[in-house]
Amino acid sequence: MTAPAPGSQLAATRVAPNSTGSTATRVLGTASLAGLAALAVFGLAISPSDAKLGETIRILYMHVPTVSVAYLAFVLTAVASAIYLWKRTEFWDLLAASSAEIGVVFFGLTIFNGMMWGKTTWGTYWEWEPRLVTTTVLFITYIGYLVVRTIPTEPRTRGTISAVIGLMAVVNIPITHKAVDWWRGLHQSGTVLGKVDPDMKGSQLFTTYLGLTTFLVLFAWLLIHRFRVAFLAERAAERGLQGAIAERRAEGGPAGGGTRP
Amino acid sequence: MPPASPAVHLRAAVALLGRFPALAGVDLDVDAGEVVLLHGPNGAGKTTVLRVCAGLVPVVDGEAEVLGVDLRANRAAVRRRIGMVGHASGLYAELTVTENIHFWARAAGVGTADGQAALERLEVAHRVWPLPVHALSAGQRRRVAFAAMLARRPELWLLDEPHTGLDAAGRDLVDGLIAEASAAGATVLFASHELERADAVAGRRVHVEGGVAS
Amino acid sequence: MSLLGDARLVAAKDLRLERRSKVGLAQMLPFALLVLLLFAFALDPDRGVLDRATAGLFWVTVLFTAVLAVQRAFSVEVDDGVMDSLRLSGLAPAAIYLGKVAALVVQLAVLEVVLALGVVVLYHASLEGWPLLLAVAALSTLGIAAVGATYGVVAARLRQSSALLPLLLLPLLAPVLIAATRGSDVALGREAGGGWSWAALLGVFAVAYLGLGAALFRPLLEDT
Repeated sequence: MTAPAPGSQLAATRVAPNSTGSTATRVLGTASLAGLAALAVFGLAISPSDAKLGETIRILYMHVPTVSVAYLAFVLTAVASAIYLWKRTEFWDLLAASSAEIGVVFFGLTIFNGMMWGKTTWGTYWEWEPRLVTTTVLFITYIGYLVVRTIPTEPRTRGTISAVIGLMAVVNIPITHKAVDWWRGLHQSGTVLGKVDPDMKGSQLFTTYLGLTTFLVLFAWLLIHRFRVAFLAERAAERGLQGAIAERRAEGGPAGGGTRP
Repeated sequence: MPPASPAVHLRAAVALLGRFPALAGVDLDVDAGEVVLLHGPNGAGKTTVLRVCAGLVPVVDGEAEVLGVDLRANRAAVRRRIGMVGHASGLYAELTVTENIHFWARAAGVGTADGQAALERLEVAHRVWPLPVHALSAGQRRRVAFAAMLARRPELWLLDEPHTGLDAAGRDLVDGLIAEASAAGATVLFASHELERADAVAGRRVHVEGGVAS
Repeated sequence: MSLLGDARLVAAKDLRLERRSKVGLAQMLPFALLVLLLFAFALDPDRGVLDRATAGLFWVTVLFTAVLAVQRAFSVEVDDGVMDSLRLSGLAPAAIYLGKVAALVVQLAVLEVVLALGVVVLYHASLEGWPLLLAVAALSTLGIAAVGATYGVVAARLRQSSALLPLLLLPLLAPVLIAATRGSDVALGREAGGGWSWAALLGVFAVAYLGLGAALFRPLLEDT
């Protein structure tokens, strides 16, 4: 009987840290906070109201970043999913799942944002307007991804299924966009919601890019933390493995061993 | 002349079912043409050893080679050369015996005549051939499953308690088939609780308990 | 055997199973017709509403019934260790996938023909604009089957979650519903505009998901 090699996947992991923070996250976190503060100042006070949209343009400073970062998150999920199916290491599975979760949160924010904008502009929380519709459909799509991850199955099964969904869903993004745009775009006069108006100048443009940068940093910060939490959860679940192996062998009892004629 | 590579080579193989270590470090070497009996208590891991050899369960640690193919690199590669009869029938319950045999034979790239010959070799009565599999007795289903495997002419036979559900004639038949296969150069690895009967066919025994083999 | 030969083998097996068990005939068709009826109850056969909504109601009914068809297509693979037999069989996973897609397409096509008759009779629809209508229907069906055959494995494996398949399938098929409905409306003369653009979008959807499904079926088969 031979024991598992010490360098193998099953060798004991090092002692778990007691928090998911690190220098990197502290830097990113501080930068996010600073960015958000700056964004609030610029967005709410310094940048002027828009000629066309009035004060409601201020919602765009948050809306554009949340939806852009959400798309980035889902593309990251898809890439990580593809690599997971190739390399089969836990890192890519957890990265895909963490990214998707943050993406869903940002999508939720985007929809909320859009509804607020709608309330102030159209007077209603919901219109069948291309961006809102697309975002909502994709939001539900990725909720499905998260639901699958909560179902108790073997890690490899869960990883494969999630990866498949991650890839299937990302392909749907451009197709849904096109379909909804053609469908609702005809019935709706052009809306700036979600687009960066190319006529934006000066501090409006600056604020938009400030928003994008800030939310990007925020995304990175959230991603690192979420990934580490997921990693620790897996370690906790697996922590019993060496013990389980020992127990399993002990089933054989002291008299274990058969005869060889 | 260098020794031929073994048909099955497992060294410190660890296999997980979920997070449970079904195999906790198995060593097993089986040469081509050997007939080896796996025995041990329920839940010992015998079925998992068979499934690992079939490439159905991944090995996460240790070495695993079957018919010269490294299972850790590609566990699907050997499957066509392997035949397995497990606890489940592996047959479509709603299709007839003939339809099942035809489907599985053609899937394996074997002629339907080979499938029918296998059915006859397993002494499956012609009158049941047009019946849907769910209408057969457990013993008859076993014979059909065996026939489906036989038709493929696999190099490695993996049998999980092959005598279960068969009548005395059926058990003798299976023993005969195992002996024939071994004489023809195929390797047979089977799990069984019936030690006396199995010893008559098997060249040696391997005891499996607590996820390890000895 | 070749990829297509194997796919045909699997498709034939699926259709034979369907013919034997008649689940489609006995359960899915009545369900679909029932949905058509329910829509009429809900929307009041005031000619105006049903008339205008015909294409949409037709495709929604197809989608709901497709979920059942997909569930059925994979539930047969879950019992009796058949999934293991498939893995050991020597069939290429892509061939199994394409075979399942083909069988689903046939079943959905039969469903759509019956529903079209239902719609003509119950909603007093008239079917004009054949070429576009056929193209839209064919490509939509292909897309639905392509996605269904991929997610069907997932749903079969996670059997206790019976609400999971619709949750995964339907959002992904939202663009198909939009395109199929709009394209059908153009074909039926209810709407002006680029009907063939919708058909093209459906084509892109079908091709993309067929390719993806064929590539992803191997890991799905292995790990679920």
